Amino acid sequence: MSVNGEFLGAAIRTATPLLLAATGELVVERAGLIYVGIEGSILAGALAAAAGGWASGSATGVVLAILAGALMAALFALFVVRWETEQIVTGTAITLVATGATAALYHVLFGPEGAGLRIPVIGPIVVPWLSAIPFVGGALFAQSVFTYAAVAAIVAVWWALAGTHLGLALRACGERPAAARAAGVATRRLRSGAAIFAGALGGAAGASLVLVQSGTFAEGMSAGRGFIAIAIVALGRWRAGGVLVAALAFGAASALQYLFQARGWTLPYQAFLALPYLATLVALATARARGSAPAALGQPEGE
Amino acid sequence: MTVGRYRTIALHRLVAPARGVAAIGGAAVLLLVALLALGGYDVTAALAALWRGSVGSTYALFSATLVRATPLLLAGLAVALAFRAGVWNIGAEGQLLAGATGAIAATALPLPGPIRLVLAMLFAALAGALWALPAALLRRRGVLEVISTIMLNFVALNLVGYLVRGPLQEPTHAYPQSPTIDAAARLPRIPGSRLHLGVGVAFAAAVALGIVLRRSAWGFRVRAVGANAGAAASAGLIDVPRVALEVFLVSGALAGLAGGIEATGVTYALYEGLSPGYGYTAIAVALLARLDPLFVVPSALLFGALEAGATAMQRDAGVPSAFVTVVEGSLVLLVLLLPTATRAWADRDRRLPGSGT
Repeated sequence: MSVNGEFLGAAIRTATPLLLAATGELVVERAGLIYVGIEGSILAGALAAAAGGWASGSATGVVLAILAGALMAALFALFVVRWETEQIVTGTAITLVATGATAALYHVLFGPEGAGLRIPVIGPIVVPWLSAIPFVGGALFAQSVFTYAAVAAIVAVWWALAGTHLGLALRACGERPAAARAAGVATRRLRSGAAIFAGALGGAAGASLVLVQSGTFAEGMSAGRGFIAIAIVALGRWRAGGVLVAALAFGAASALQYLFQARGWTLPYQAFLALPYLATLVALATARARGSAPAALGQPEGE
Repeated sequence: MTVGRYRTIALHRLVAPARGVAAIGGAAVLLLVALLALGGYDVTAALAALWRGSVGSTYALFSATLVRATPLLLAGLAVALAFRAGVWNIGAEGQLLAGATGAIAATALPLPGPIRLVLAMLFAALAGALWALPAALLRRRGVLEVISTIMLNFVALNLVGYLVRGPLQEPTHAYPQSPTIDAAARLPRIPGSRLHLGVGVAFAAAVALGIVLRRSAWGFRVRAVGANAGAAASAGLIDVPRVALEVFLVSGALAGLAGGIEATGVTYALYEGLSPGYGYTAIAVALLARLDPLFVVPSALLFGALEAGATAMQRDAGVPSAFVTVVEGSLVLLVLLLPTATRAWADRDRRLPGSGT
């Protein structure tokens, strides 16, 4: 395959966990909660996937990862929805707990020699015919099951937000929670549900890191992907289509380093890694982006 | 009687939060013991190592705990001030890195050592404030500072990554770091220890900020904006966006100073791993102190001791330092619950006498 085709493939591979987490973050933010703890959900998912994958295969790993990610988010929902604690601080604390707990558990489960833990990675699913399309076929249609699932998830979320009663109620929680409650929407239940959904997708993102990319667990292996997911949602202007494009942009920026290595360029790629964050800042500064953030984002629902 | 009563109230105000920090320190140790026992570790050996590494000796106290507490104290003040005014600056990490970069740049100037050192502190504070500025300006245009400061953290990290492989890389080009700064431009140390002058700066900053918040007109405005921005604005005397902007910049400067002091007092060079997440731990430090600058001091000391002890625990007892990270996160969650818990207790007390339900 050409270097460009490999670059596109690497961009999509790198974008996959980002898209999964960002899709979850999109849903929870549209419900009015900012879940900084998605970083913790990714980490919890990664460790659960490693433990499950090691004990009884990758399918168990995926299920455990989704459960572990959802569990962290359920804790978050308990705090911010039930006890109305500050969302950003709570999310940061959840990430802190998850960072420590996953590292400690990994040490307890696999010992100091845990670095040697190897789990067979899930190979790509090559779609017949389509993957034979020149240049882009191999990049688009020879990806792991997580990539196809991520695309399916963002399409489903787009449809649910735009065209269903549930989506409308959820968006109401993010715009005018008091009014939504007055209109009979179970705002607390919906916000909690949105958070747990986000955590589940964050867990799946963690699973993809372990079961597709690395084949093992490492302390802090989420490496800020949860924060990137928050950036992606902002850059994508809180719209499903925008989130898909923004996730690919972040994936492409990260994949540039592979391209640089392949071409033998010695330019420091850190400059390129910073680009999507700068782009997000610039995008946020424009009037259109500000108008598209949920009005009640980060606020408790009030009485 | 009256006099005694007033004195009791004043004492109570002063003692209660201190007792709170002590109680939370106790809770931290209990939680750690429970986790270690669950993990099947030798609890006594681990706690002994934690003690030795944090407060068990003068060397541990001065060269480990105090040194570790210094950046946490300054960054904790940055967070406490910002949160106090309702400015959700979670960009202390990026501002700290910007400050470290500014300080390292200043130490390279062809000037006498002490002047370079003063300039380094100044550059650090300025760089930190500068790094907060985009988020502060965007906030005035309605952009959530949570998102913009997260972006700026990553831009700072990548910028440092670029600088230490490019313009600021050490002359042999073997390592991704800046050249080590020469002895004349380093913060003076107490002989025989790693304790540097920055500790004094951090303590002084805490006292100064505590007095400014309590006693000055600016401090009053900050507290008013944080308590109720709408009321502060409609009272007509407070320019709320202006106060928020000022708070953001001062907060950035404090975090920048933390980075500058770390670079000239501990690491002596700029590299990507300069901060093991001080800017994020600072959020926990500030919260544990209930956003009161004076109580950021014991809170930062507690976190400094925990982290210094964690290093010793890992080295001497084979217990991963991650256990302490769990405890830190749990403490924040615990502190978040305190208002809810006290409210619940108050409600219960109110209901108890002859409520008849």
